[in-house]
Amino acid sequence: MYDYNDFDRDFVARRVAQFRAQVARRIDGSLTEEEFRPLRLMNGLYLQLHAYMLRVAIPYGTLNSAQMRQLAMIAERWDRGYGHFTTRQNIQFNWPRLVDVPDILDALAEVGLHAIQTSGNTIRNVTADPFAGAAADEIADPRPVAELIRQWSTDHPEFQFLPRKFKIAVTGSPADRAVTAAHDIGLRIIERDGARHYQVLIGGGLGRAPMIGKVLHEALPEADLLPYLEAVVGTWNLLGRRDNKYKARIKITVHEQGIDRIRTLVQEEFERIRPDFPGFDRQILAQIEHHFAPPRFARKSVVAYEAARAADPVFRAWADTNLTEHRDPDHAIVTVSLKKHGAIPGDATAAQMRLLADLAKAHGHDELRITQSQNVVLPHVHKADLPAIHAVLRGAGLATANIGLASDIIACPGLDYCALATARSIPVAQGIARAIEALKIEHEVGALEIKISGCINACGHHHVGHIGILGLERGGVETYQVTLGGDAGPDAALGDRTGPGFAYDQIVPAIERLILAYLDLRAHAEERFVDAYRRLGADPFKAALYGAAEKADAA
Amino acid sequence: MPRPFTPKVVAANALIEGDAVWLTADDDWTRDITKAELVEDEAHAALRMLFADSQADKVVGPYLADARPGPTGPAPAHFREAYRVSGPSVLAAPKEHEL
Ligand code: HEM
Ligand code: SF4
Repeated sequence: MYDYNDFDRDFVARRVAQFRAQVARRIDGSLTEEEFRPLRLMNGLYLQLHAYMLRVAIPYGTLNSAQMRQLAMIAERWDRGYGHFTTRQNIQFNWPRLVDVPDILDALAEVGLHAIQTSGNTIRNVTADPFAGAAADEIADPRPVAELIRQWSTDHPEFQFLPRKFKIAVTGSPADRAVTAAHDIGLRIIERDGARHYQVLIGGGLGRAPMIGKVLHEALPEADLLPYLEAVVGTWNLLGRRDNKYKARIKITVHEQGIDRIRTLVQEEFERIRPDFPGFDRQILAQIEHHFAPPRFARKSVVAYEAARAADPVFRAWADTNLTEHRDPDHAIVTVSLKKHGAIPGDATAAQMRLLADLAKAHGHDELRITQSQNVVLPHVHKADLPAIHAVLRGAGLATANIGLASDIIACPGLDYCALATARSIPVAQGIARAIEALKIEHEVGALEIKISGCINACGHHHVGHIGILGLERGGVETYQVTLGGDAGPDAALGDRTGPGFAYDQIVPAIERLILAYLDLRAHAEERFVDAYRRLGADPFKAALYGAAEKADAA
Repeated sequence: MPRPFTPKVVAANALIEGDAVWLTADDDWTRDITKAELVEDEAHAALRMLFADSQADKVVGPYLADARPGPTGPAPAHFREAYRVSGPSVLAAPKEHEL
């Protein structure tokens, strides 16, 4: 993976020293909160309901075992022994004290991590397919280009005060596990005439006024990427609505100006600045690519794996659910679930982080990934090692066989932590997972993505959930709106609102009814929830939610 | 006609720990909302906010939160403030300095 060079190290060290001085000046009273707030946000430090929160960037979701161990150390030494992995492949610490944050940032810098540009109106942590460099279905590894974009966008002088936050995601696989269509810029690596190109999407974004990204360029030649990106961000930087923060995101600019006009403007800007990119960026990309050379895969027998599958139904269920096909047929991609039924989605204790670091070191070429659905991945595991890994995970409550299933729920922190929240989301996720577990129907139900946000900002991606749940306040109580039919994959779609919301104690039973109804409605066992919804339309599902019988009686 | 004033407490977060705190009648900050001052009229609320805004070396982001008189002192009137009083409703270990 990518290692910091001296320039990166100096830059991060200087930023930490600067922030240490700023914290000292805030505490001794020479900086007011108004002056300090933008400075702390530039360093990823938020204030939530009960404490500060530090958001640490995990570039394109890739960690080595030393970094994971350091996160565990930080959780134990300066927090409450756990961290929260997010849908943007970051980790959030929920309880740091202001005075400790400079020390935490120093500890992060020791392992090449930081919290720069994890907040504020900047280009945020670039996200990528968590199976990058490992997936069988991949056209090319998206991490080198994600790293190039990280270097280009970090501390870019023109892009420190953008109209609003700006998020970029890259996928190298047609399966699009990076939710590119919900990003300000989504890049999809494609092959055209035998050469690598990018399909460029812009203007995706959830939150208030959710939009699916639109195609700006069908097939951008690889060599043009950086100038083209700079042209997109530069065009928006001038056009973006700085008068109204709710209209500032590029999705609104695209909506107001139209994708065709934006395309023309971007093309003009691109042609103007193209000569400024004579190929230095290409040299850097070539250097970066060295860092992402595939590991040397071991050659050994997979008999132990086949034997464990045949002998142990628990192992088999886990293998069927939590493994993904690797580019090397003797290897597998392991997704470790942080969603044990009733657990807090995305939370990992320091002990769990260390155990995952140990497994990566022993059996996984020292690599770990964080997924957009808040789980952890061991991307390169030889199949012969899977039974041993499963046994270790089982001992730590990390062997739940539910990846992609109903209890693999995305949930934002909601009103248990977040100062912007209008309702809780974590306990709703816990309640649904427990209900599914009690019914013992999870594997029968099959692929189902439930996503929950605690306010309109949509950090839990509810719009693109097969079942989306949005927590709001209505009449002084927590109320939950349901959307159905969203999709976060290559054919991304926004869900449709079903109707009136549900009270806190009604939402879990409502989702349970919905899932049970689907089992009756589906054409056959292979028809996923979202496919049945697309085939049948909303009515039968609304009937399950709101009670068709009552309506029919009343009519 | 102006809306009648509903009782309030002055809420904020502690500068160093970030803990939820409330302003007391004797110009101190408490982590126990029942010890806070219940402010019952608008003019007094404005004065207390003025004072709170001058406490930047102790707290961050003071604001007026709806409250009502409870058996042992002020109680939160809205569920958001109630979660600030109770802490996360889901399992979370205590802060180190509270051990
Ligand atoms: C708890 C502190 C957090 C705060 C204050 C916060 C704030 C926000 C705000 C204000 C937005 C809307 C931006 C806009 O529409 O312009 C947003 C979007 C987003 N947040 Fe968070 N967030 C927090 C935590 C999280 C967490 C934990 C995650 C991951 C689970 C997350 C992931 C996202 C994502 C993916 C979006 C993009 C939605 C979009 O496409 O607009 N955030 N956040
Ligand atoms: S969706 Fe709302 S409640 Fe959830 S983390 Fe984002 S801002 Fe907070």
